[in-house]
Amino acid sequence: MEFSEEQLKRYSRHIILPEVGGKGQQKISAAKVLIIGAGGLGCPVGYYLAAAGVGTLALVDNDEVELSNLQRQIAHSVKTLGVNKADSAKQTFESLNPDVNVVAIRERINSKNILDLIKDYDIIVDGTDNFPTRYLINDACVMLKKPLVSGAILRFEGQVTTILPGDGPCYRCLFEEPPPAGLVPSCQEAGVLGVLPGVIGALQATEVLKLIIGKGTPLKGQLLIYDALGVNFRKVKIPKNAECPMCGKDPKITKLSDTPEQYCSI
Amino acid sequence: MEDVKIDKKLDIRGVVCPYTLVKSKLAVESIEVGQILEIILDYPEAAGSIPKAMLNYGHAVLKVEKINPKEWIIQVRKEVED
Ligand SMILES: [Zn+2]
Repeated sequence: MEFSEEQLKRYSRHIILPEVGGKGQQKISAAKVLIIGAGGLGCPVGYYLAAAGVGTLALVDNDEVELSNLQRQIAHSVKTLGVNKADSAKQTFESLNPDVNVVAIRERINSKNILDLIKDYDIIVDGTDNFPTRYLINDACVMLKKPLVSGAILRFEGQVTTILPGDGPCYRCLFEEPPPAGLVPSCQEAGVLGVLPGVIGALQATEVLKLIIGKGTPLKGQLLIYDALGVNFRKVKIPKNAECPMCGKDPKITKLSDTPEQYCSI
Repeated sequence: MEDVKIDKKLDIRGVVCPYTLVKSKLAVESIEVGQILEIILDYPEAAGSIPKAMLNYGHAVLKVEKINPKEWIIQVRKEVED
């Protein structure tokens, strides 16, 4: 692919980076990324990936934009209140960068549709931030060997990890099962500082771009934890569990299943 | 240093920063290690900044020459893969 004069300008700060260059920018333009959830995390992830010129950007979300989302879900606006979030974000990302093919998928992810939704994409981003869905996405990505960049946020703390199936641990290596619903704050209790998903989403987008250009060290086998109040970044090792029910040597989980939805999605 | 074999020529007269560097970087990417790119340009700052940037990328700058009051020639030999 030759760059147009417009693309030379748009991507000039990438092209002059030794680690990206024209070749890296072409990889970005050829990449297909699927973001599950166009909420707090999905908005900044998608925003930066659209700005970076990711060729195909799919957004999966079944919810509509509400006023209470606008404190943190930066791809939406008062103009798209009541609009499906994937459609709302698509409008925003397309006006930022018409090079990007933004695909809005108005569906709620479940065990029946997930494999079909992710199979054509190079990298999957989990922006749903609720436990059952996180495990479902983990399992589906391990099954189809899709790199997964996962993020989570709560109050003033967030975490990110990159799962490369076959090359490092998966989410179930850390905790085999999602925590019981009662241990996780309910929707009324789950506050979050509005900028926090911006920090975590920007880290997720960075991981995605590093995977696309094949530079740097992916955040695999580690959980990066950000504590906004204490201004602290720390990395916790996730050891690969040989007995992991999903990616261990004798996996117990061989098919996907849904858990009842009693969780809150931020 | 006289009469080196030029593998690719890039004319960026009329182009300003940072596109002088963008186009030079892309031109270097398009040649093989060991090959030589000759750039002709007329944007004064680029005559200083492009050789510096090329050295930073790990390439060799063989020549920076002001050929007339407004134009420069820079020769770069690609030394490392992109
Ligand atoms: Zn595992």
